[in-house]
This record gives sequence, structure tokens and C-alpha cells, in this order.
Amino acid sequence: MAKKLLLEKAHVEGIRYFDVYRREGGYASVEKALKMEPAAIVEEVKKSGLRGRGGAGFPSGMKWSFLAKPEGVPRYLVCNADESEPGTFKDRYLMEFIPHLLIEGLIVSSFALGSNRTYIYIRGEYAWIVAILEQAIAEAKQNGFLGKNILGTGFDCEIYVQRGAGAYICGEETALIESLEGKRGNPRIKPPFPAVKGLWDCPTVVNNVETLAAVVPIINMGGEEYAKIGVGRSTGTKLISACGNINKPGVYEIDMTISVEEFIYSDEYCGGIPNGKRLKACIPGGSSVPILPANLLLTTAKGETRYMNYESLADGGFTTGSMMGSGGFIVLDEDQCVVKHTLTLARFYRHESCGQCSPCREGTGWMEKILMKLENGKGEMSDIDLLWDIQRKIEGNTICPLGDAAAWPVAAAIRHFRDEFEWHVNNPEVCTTQNYGLAHYADPIHVPA
Amino acid sequence: MIKFSDEQLKQVQELVARYPEGKQKSALIPLLHMAQDTRGGWLSAETMDEVASLLQLEPIEVYEVATFYSMFNLQPVGKHVFEVCQTGPCMLNGSDRIIAHIKKRLGIGVSETTPDGLFTLKTVECLGACGYAPMMQYGITYREHLTEEKVDAIIEECKRDNHG
Amino acid sequence: MAEVKTVKVTIDNITVEVPQGTSILQAARMIGGDVVPPAMCYYSKLEGSGGKCRTCLVEVSKGSEADPRPMPKLVASCRTGVMDGMEVRNITSDRVKDARNGVVEFLLLNHPLDCPICDQAGECHLQDLGYEHGKEATRYEFKRRTFEKHDLGPYIQLHMTRCILCYRCVYTADQLTEKRVHGVLSRGDYAEIATYIEKSLDNNFIGNVIDVCPVGALTDKTFRFKNRVWFTKPVTAHRDCSSCCGKVTLWQRGEEVLRVTARKDQWGEVEEWICNVCRFDKKKTSDWTIEGPSHVSRHSVISQGHYEHLVQPKETFTAVHDGRHPQLLMDIHSVSEVNDKTAKTKS
Repeated sequence: MAKKLLLEKAHVEGIRYFDVYRREGGYASVEKALKMEPAAIVEEVKKSGLRGRGGAGFPSGMKWSFLAKPEGVPRYLVCNADESEPGTFKDRYLMEFIPHLLIEGLIVSSFALGSNRTYIYIRGEYAWIVAILEQAIAEAKQNGFLGKNILGTGFDCEIYVQRGAGAYICGEETALIESLEGKRGNPRIKPPFPAVKGLWDCPTVVNNVETLAAVVPIINMGGEEYAKIGVGRSTGTKLISACGNINKPGVYEIDMTISVEEFIYSDEYCGGIPNGKRLKACIPGGSSVPILPANLLLTTAKGETRYMNYESLADGGFTTGSMMGSGGFIVLDEDQCVVKHTLTLARFYRHESCGQCSPCREGTGWMEKILMKLENGKGEMSDIDLLWDIQRKIEGNTICPLGDAAAWPVAAAIRHFRDEFEWHVNNPEVCTTQNYGLAHYADPIHVPA
Repeated sequence: MIKFSDEQLKQVQELVARYPEGKQKSALIPLLHMAQDTRGGWLSAETMDEVASLLQLEPIEVYEVATFYSMFNLQPVGKHVFEVCQTGPCMLNGSDRIIAHIKKRLGIGVSETTPDGLFTLKTVECLGACGYAPMMQYGITYREHLTEEKVDAIIEECKRDNHG
Repeated sequence: MAEVKTVKVTIDNITVEVPQGTSILQAARMIGGDVVPPAMCYYSKLEGSGGKCRTCLVEVSKGSEADPRPMPKLVASCRTGVMDGMEVRNITSDRVKDARNGVVEFLLLNHPLDCPICDQAGECHLQDLGYEHGKEATRYEFKRRTFEKHDLGPYIQLHMTRCILCYRCVYTADQLTEKRVHGVLSRGDYAEIATYIEKSLDNNFIGNVIDVCPVGALTDKTFRFKNRVWFTKPVTAHRDCSSCCGKVTLWQRGEEVLRVTARKDQWGEVEEWICNVCRFDKKKTSDWTIEGPSHVSRHSVISQGHYEHLVQPKETFTAVHDGRHPQLLMDIHSVSEVNDKTAKTKS
């Protein structure tokens, strides 16, 4: 059993409540951290090698050290709980089961960054979790861990929960800030970055839920110890939300040394593919990262075992690899149609485009329409090349990463499953009722007897 | 014109106090949620104008925000709103079947309301419940691992609710 | 007074010294000519504008003297500040040309291409952009997005179908008037400029939204369908106005004033804002002190056949373009009789 740092206590009866959480050792990191210099906390986070768990994987300690500290200007910490990347539901799990862990991480991080008002921006649909978090905040406050003069150290901090109202784009940190200011979720043009000019034009750090929760074990065990877990630059543990065609969908905490094969087939994790079906493809890190056919998923192009960590999942770049992303692990079995699946993702990104910049506003809808044509057996061969060209012209040319997120799934689907797209063109009647099937995409290792 | 109750006005004050002075615009989205929840599940132009004056905003600032976010309904909706997810992972687990079933059971299409005003069916994009697919949002909670039978039970539950 | 620090930036191999804090686009405008990236949403007089249309994307091949690393992505030149020693590639970069072609295609995707009946034709920035960077045919085969036309009060008509969502009119209302009543509603490809409920735009400076609109989405109702801009003669004029600068361009046909606009600079930007009274109510020549004919670039269709003593340029087309081949894909003279020299004699 891999070491768990975040979810170890998640299923202790009553852990949602302060008393139980405290009895289980909760809030120790606050007691420790508030005796430290803020800069020393940042140093520990740097040493831990923690990388942003929202998707981009940027080193968190480095992000913290960029925070500007002009005299007399408030600084803010904002927790990004706008989890919306298809395939991702790990933050929800953490907040629902062990909310105090997030609050604890937020108090330590607020102290390290000098934030006296800290906001949790949660996606609007997670309405019931707002109550869970507010309850945890109220309990922490009653027990002196929040509010004025925390633990007699002179540090004041309040945490507020702000609900969004249905917009994936607000997971992008500057769109989130705009939304928190009561505006449309239009991402800002950078620079300036939030570390210099963020919420209400003040220096701001925006971190994902899991990232901030990870600060708790980092302070408790020390950055160096934390860095020993995992492998290479993939330190610590990572929450993976597994879904799609697997026997045991759910949230798993892994230490990033296990192989993709073990993650999918072991009973400890996904438990294999249901109904005796075979693995066809997988999106390992949330809908925007490249989809991989089974043969490139379990082993890299060089034939080496692929592991569940940042480097190994990215091995081969976008040509033959993918990304760890947000940890949204989506599995497709042999009955699934890659064209249709890509269409649902294209529709998602079209629906979620803020509409501010032209490549994303116009390009996402165009891709969806062409995919609809292909899926319905009305496509032509030239549509596949056109689709490729459109995604290429969106990628890298937009204000925010949503353009890339919309382009990558389409690119990877064509790159790896071009013959399935061509089959749709060549079999216009059949493709609406039947699937292309497994073809040569099958997992070469797990062949049913 | 409908007005916010004193109780609600007190909540507005508390909300505004969460932000630094002069930043009351930040309370806009929470306030729109509050208004929608207590006024039949949608936002009329009058409601939005009232919210604007409470927060000292121009009405257009409220319209711009309300039309941006998919959770705000700008047209009347049924008493029970089913919002079924149809994105990738839910599709892999049969959300198409669930949507087709609800359409058949209620005799309405997507974005339509039953003539008795009881039900509205909406399709939505990923709600972050991919491991519990197929699913839908109903009220403030999620209904997950949906099957045709489960959907029927939820519809019955709504109808009972209405008589009770 | 503190001395303004200057920095050196090289754009398409031309080096220029500009004040610190200048954007790449503004630096390029100081050089002038072909190295200036096109801008559909940026407007130097509107704070916060720019960054959205992506037509001004450029490649930064050297970040600065201090940090020479190139920037990995193309950047919006209107919103990226220059650094000392920065090297920028605009028309010398194939990446930029490729991306810009893409952006132009995206901007035209849902644009109606109704130029023959659009009042903006002849002074439309999207039309110019399309001629310079577009293809002769579209690859888009689906139904284009359309909207109903709306009257925004007595003077301005909104034809949303033509809008490219540059946000300039929103910034204009925010920055020139005390109460904005129109804005951007909905999101993604449903986003639109609107008032939500029927409202009239009646602020005394709101007429400026017509001048900042790069396309024919916001047009002057007092001029709609009265004439084509290339038949009218722009004349620089002024009057004593109690609310604005009173410095305008009159667009005349014979002695008749068909339209009044603010004066525009070589980038098509308003020089000074004017009020609605000057714009919509002062339509008699006697209302104005005429200064003389306005300068119109010879490249503009508006310059065709306006002036009494017009001298045919002696240079060849290639010479005018400094040896480059013309970028026009279509010869305007061959397709439209309105540019026929014989048609202008009546005046």
C-alpha cells in the first residue's frame, strides 16, 4: 500500500468535524508554522519540490517566491476550487471528506504569504460543499485557528468561501480573479501576473485545493522528507480521479512510483476494465491532455514501462506521450468511439470559451461542427486535415490556455486515431450505428484468455 | 416590484463585509444566487436591476455577469430542474441513454419545460462527478450512478413533493 | 523633471529607440510602414483595450539584452512592452504570417461579407485586413451566426452580425460617459454587444462608438444608406462647441454635409472625441468653418477621384510599394463601376 499523506484519515468516522480531526493530529502544522518565519515556510515548500496540482505542474514554492511585497498593500491567497476539467473530481472528494485539511493548509499558506483575507473560490455546482467548508471554517475559528490573533501570534486571518456560477474558464487563475471581483470570467492579458497585480490589483497567489492541502504534510514532515517520496521531480503524493470504463472509479492517492498498468489493472486502484472488455485508450490527466492509445499508454514509444508521474506520462512529448495534468484519468474500453468522445470534448470547450479572443471563440465552434459531421457519417477526408489545421491555428495563439486545452484533444485524437476518423468517412452508413472497435489500439499486455 | 426581505438584506450586508471597502461588486455572484434561489429559480430583468441598485452598479454590469454564467436562468424554469451531464466521461457511461429516457418520460426536449410547469430538462457540461457517472444536478445536490429506474424514482419523488 | 529612459528595440531588422514602457505595437508605429502589425481591437486612446483579436501577434526572437531567450509563444504586440535589446519579427516571421492568416480566417468565419450593402465599406478595417491577409475563399461551410438589427436610440444602429467583439465600444462608453448602458452579454460564440432590455444610448459622447467600431456593426443612423463613403469628400472643419473640441471631418457630396465624424489619424484612430451635437445635428456647411480637404491616404478607396486638381501618380504601383509586389488579391477597379473615373464627373 502506497504512503498516503492527504487521504490517510479521510475515512475516519466524523473526520469532517473539528474535534475528530484535531484528535487525529490535525492543525499541528499550524502550531508549528506560526512559530516559523514566513520565508522559512516558503523555503520548506520549495525544498519539497511540490508542483501545482491544478494541471500546469508549476513548482509551488517558486510561485510563492514571486509574490510581490510592496509596503502597505494587502496580499491575497486564493484557493482555486473551481475544479471543472472533465475527468477531474479529486478536489471535491478532498473537500467533502476531509475539509479541515484544506482549511489547515490555507491557514499555514496564508501566514507564509501574508494574506489576512483568504478566499476559496469554489465552482457554483458544488453548492453543498460550501456548507461543509463554512462549517469547518466556523469550527476552526471557534478553536482559535482563524480570526484575530491566531494562537496568540498576532496573525489575523479570515477565510471566505465564494461560489462561482457555472464557468470552466474560472479555473484559469486570472479569470477566477475577475469572477471573484464580480465580473465576467474573462481571463486577463498577462503580464502583469497575479503575483504582482491580482485580486483588486493587489499581489495574489492562486493555488489549487490539493496543492494547498499538501502544504500540511510538507510542514509536518519537512520539505526534504516530503521530497523523498515519489521519484525525480515528481515528489510527494498525487490524487488521481479515475473514471470512464473501469471497475472501480474513484479518487486514489498515489506516490507516483506505480506504473500505469498497475494503476489500471490492480484491485487496489481501478480494478481493470469491466465486462471482460479490453483497454482501447486513455486520457491520463484531464480532458485537455493528449489521449493515448493503449499501446502507448502502458509503455513509452521506447518500450519502457510508463509510470504515473509527471515525467513518465510526458515521455515522448506530444508525439507519443501525454501529461499528468490535473490527474483526471479517463479510460475508454474497446466499445468506445474516439470520434464521438472527441466531439463531446470539443462541445465542452466551445461551451466554455469565454469568447474574448477570436481563435478560441470562432475556432472551438468550428471544430465541434466538423466533428459532428464526421461523427454523423457526413464527413469528408478533407475535414480531417481541416480539423488538424484549425486546432493548429488555435494552439498558442489565444489569451489563455483554454485555446490549447481545446486544441490538444483534437490534435491527439487525429494523431493517434486517424484511421478511426477515416473509417467514419469511408463508412458513412455504418459509423452511426457501429463502432470502429479496438483495431490495433488494443492493450498488448492484457489479452483475455 | 418584489423587494428583498429584511433578512436577505442583512445577508447582503454580511456578504459585502467579506470584501475590502468599495469592492462590493464582488458580492454580485453570491447575490444573484440568492435572488435566483428565492425567486422561482430564475432572474428577471427587474430582479437584476434591484441587485444592481443594492450594490450600486449599473444594470448592464449585472446583465453582463448574469448572462456569462451558465447556472443563472434568464427565463422561467420548471419547479424541478434536471441538469444532466453529457461530457466525455458521462457519455462513456451512458448519459445519452439517460437523457433519452428523461425526454421520453417527461415528453419534453432539452431546454424545455413540461406544460404543467413541473419539470425542466437541461443538458450541461462536466459537473465534476465523472467517477459517479452518469449523473445530474437536481437542486443543490448531485444524483449519481443514474439508471432508468433511478430516474423514474426521482421523477416520482418530485411529483410526491408537489402534492405534499 | 525626471528624464524618460529610452530603450532600443529592433522590429523586422529596423532598430528604434523608444521610451520605456512603450508597447511593441506603438514602437512599430514609430517606425511606420509595413512593420506595423494590424490591430483590430487595440485603440491607443482607450485604456485597457487590446489583446483580444490576436491580429497583432508577433514573434519575440530575443527577449532583451539582459535575458536574450526568445518568447516561446507569439505575443500580442499591443499589450507587450518592449525591453532594451528586444528583437521582434513581424512580417519577417513565417510563424507570424501563418498565425495571422488563421486569425483573419477566424474573424471572417461568421462575418456576413455583406460589404456591398454595408455602410462601413471603404473604411472598414476588417475589409482591409481581409484584402491583405485573407484568402479568396472560405473553408467554412456552416451557417453563419446572425442577429437581429437593433436601434440603440435615435442615432446609432447596432448590426451585431458584423461585430468582431473588439470591445472598443464598451471601453468608449466606460471612459467617455458616466453611465454605460450597453455591454457584452453571454459568452463564447454566443457573446454579443447588447443592452439586454431595449434601451437607448443617449449620452452626449456616445456617438464616438461609431468611430471606434472597426467594422460596420455600429453605424450612424443619420447617414445610413445615404451614400458610399468613396463618393463623399472629406473636409476638415471646426466650430465653437461648448461640450467638445469641435474638430471634425465633414463628409460632403457637393455642398451637402452627409456625415460628420471625428478626425482620424493614420492608424484610423480618432484624434479627439466629439459630441453628439457636432456629429448628428450640425449638418449644414454654414455650421462649420472649413479648413480644407482632409488628407486621405492614396491607398484608400476613399481617395479615389475626390479632388478637383487630382494628379495621377507617376510612380508605378510597385514603386509606391517600395519594390514589393502589391498585396491586393483583387483589383477593385475591375469589379466595381463605382470606381470608374467617368462616373465622378458630376460635382
